[in-house]
Amino acid sequence: MITYIQILISSPEFLAQLIINGLLVGAIFALIAYGLALIWGVMDIINFAQGEMVIFGGYLTYTLFYQFGIHPILTIPIVAIALYIFGLLIYKSVINRLLGEKDIFITILATFGLAILMQQLMQAIFGPDVVTANPELGMLFLFDGQLIISNVQLVSFFIAVFVGVAMFILMKYSRMGQAIRATAQNPRASRILGINIEKVYANTFAINAALCGIGGSLVVMVWTIHPFIGLVYTFRSFMIVILAGLGNFLGIIFAGMGISSLENVTGFIIGAEFQAAVIFCLLVIILVTRSIRARKRREYIQ
Amino acid sequence: MFKKILSAAVTMLALSGLMLSPMAMADTIKLGAAVSLSGKYSTAGNHTQKGYDLGLKYVNSLGGVVVDGKSYNLEVIYYDDESTPARGASLAERLILRDKVNFMLGPYSSGLTKAIAPVTEEHGVPMVEANGASRSLFNQGYKYMFAVLSTSEQYLQEAVNQIAIKAGKPASEITVALAIENDPFSQDIRAGVLDDVKRHGMKVVIDDKLPRDLSDMTSTLVKVKALKPDLLVVSGHSKGAALSVRQMNDLGASVNMLAMTHCESAKLHDTEKFGTLPNHALCAAQWSPSVSSTGAVFGSAMNYSKIFEDTYGYVPPYQAAESTAAVIVMADAITRANSVDKDAVRDALAATDLSTFYGQIKFSEAGNNIAKPMILRQLIDGKYYVVAPANVAEAELVYPRP
Repeated sequence: MITYIQILISSPEFLAQLIINGLLVGAIFALIAYGLALIWGVMDIINFAQGEMVIFGGYLTYTLFYQFGIHPILTIPIVAIALYIFGLLIYKSVINRLLGEKDIFITILATFGLAILMQQLMQAIFGPDVVTANPELGMLFLFDGQLIISNVQLVSFFIAVFVGVAMFILMKYSRMGQAIRATAQNPRASRILGINIEKVYANTFAINAALCGIGGSLVVMVWTIHPFIGLVYTFRSFMIVILAGLGNFLGIIFAGMGISSLENVTGFIIGAEFQAAVIFCLLVIILVTRSIRARKRREYIQ
Repeated sequence: MFKKILSAAVTMLALSGLMLSPMAMADTIKLGAAVSLSGKYSTAGNHTQKGYDLGLKYVNSLGGVVVDGKSYNLEVIYYDDESTPARGASLAERLILRDKVNFMLGPYSSGLTKAIAPVTEEHGVPMVEANGASRSLFNQGYKYMFAVLSTSEQYLQEAVNQIAIKAGKPASEITVALAIENDPFSQDIRAGVLDDVKRHGMKVVIDDKLPRDLSDMTSTLVKVKALKPDLLVVSGHSKGAALSVRQMNDLGASVNMLAMTHCESAKLHDTEKFGTLPNHALCAAQWSPSVSSTGAVFGSAMNYSKIFEDTYGYVPPYQAAESTAAVIVMADAITRANSVDKDAVRDALAATDLSTFYGQIKFSEAGNNIAKPMILRQLIDGKYYVVAPANVAEAELVYPRP
């Protein structure tokens, strides 16, 4: 462990490599987490099938790439549209029955069931193999090759940022975005003001699915996927949202990138088997301090 | 009215079943197998089933097994264990108690074998298994379980021996990095590698345990890049193999020798998907079509490979070959026991010393095969070449990785 710390101090390029890598791929996680936060905030639903939708998007990119010869990056809009429609279907069949459900376990159970169903279906359709769609974009050598950034990570970072910014603008200025935000604030008042809540909910969920699909396309380009790896992405986005708080757009971006960088550095220093443990410990500490702070504030107000 | 017809039909069916079954029993010996035909092991589970089927077909076509001067055909009853151990155990129970199989063939993977072995043991049903390599299977004192394959701690030991030969420097200066998944099977591999590393006096510079839900290896591979070990050993099922070759390239981490498991199941040889990224990786294998072993049923390993390819349309992975070998061993033991009595066949299995296309098979007291070595194959442009051990090698090991 000490030798690893010494390496990071004596050759900072490795530290830079770990952090930059984390920042780049963190943007992908932030995108997925943003979708989760969106439906959590608007519909009060925690979607445990988030990761499976990501993997589904990844498989679509993979299939379009190998069966139809479409470049992985160009598949992203197709996947986004496909997942948008898929999201609408899921909303109509499952999610709209969960709205207004006071017991949070019902929504968790339902979406968890959906996750298992999707895993098995993907396994049946795409097979159990580990797949990757390498767009072979080459590498970027910085500082005489001391720092190597793979272009696919760089490109996926920019795509994630682009989609994120586009979402931000849409939510702020478009009619649907405003309706979504209004519904999040107060569904009843929005309905009185003539907003079609049902449509807003369906759209919100479909947008989330599309974001997951885009995330999945990036995941299959950067890493590998198989039908049973979705939970990793669900938990990661869940953690990011918990850390950042609902409705905190910038917070989600920083949390997404920060967690990934931190994970890389801790994995380097104390070993890959502990990196998840460290992140979860951090989560516990943050939640505890936050609740202590909240308690103090309440006492003060009283 | 309808009810009457129905009950008549049921009675007739039952009667015909009663009449037919003793006749069917008369000339077949029933084997049972729970195999993963769905779930995460379904690819390998299918290889296993095809291996069993091909073995049966050839054993039967050569006259089946002869007991007391009467020849019997072998037949297998399959169930899908859905890749879940609990399901495997209950299916084993069902095969033994309801289907009344005479003997068992193993499932796919160490985990499933671990779940099924206590059941076969309890009922005293001999089981020949071909796909459970974990060391922990062979220290339970099982009496009725026999495994035709090499145990997991041997998987990558040959790679350690090879780096000792090839590195061109004293063993104490050779550095080894391990990135091995945190599950019992992979940790067996790690224990075997560490034993040999210690024996040679090499230095372990990285010893990472990869999480089960591995999705990113950046931190481990940056360490590899920083410390430049002579040998990197990766074992994390197919996802570990696929992810490591992808990310080593993306991070610019390279080593002189890269040794892995599960190259075949990760389809690293598929050049359309992985290109030249996995070139010159060393892959542990139980068997390869080019090994020099021969046996009675299929002749040479090459001949088996040809028959398999003609039947199923692809080159047999070792999972299929060892499954076929299990059938051959079972048939041989029944013939030698000259009986279908469970204990007689168990004793015959224990005394097995058989040459097969898969390799020599001779069981230790614990039931694992001690006569066949693991082999190491080097992957070059989508083709595997056996490079170690020396007596079966078909090509010179390319070192360092260019």
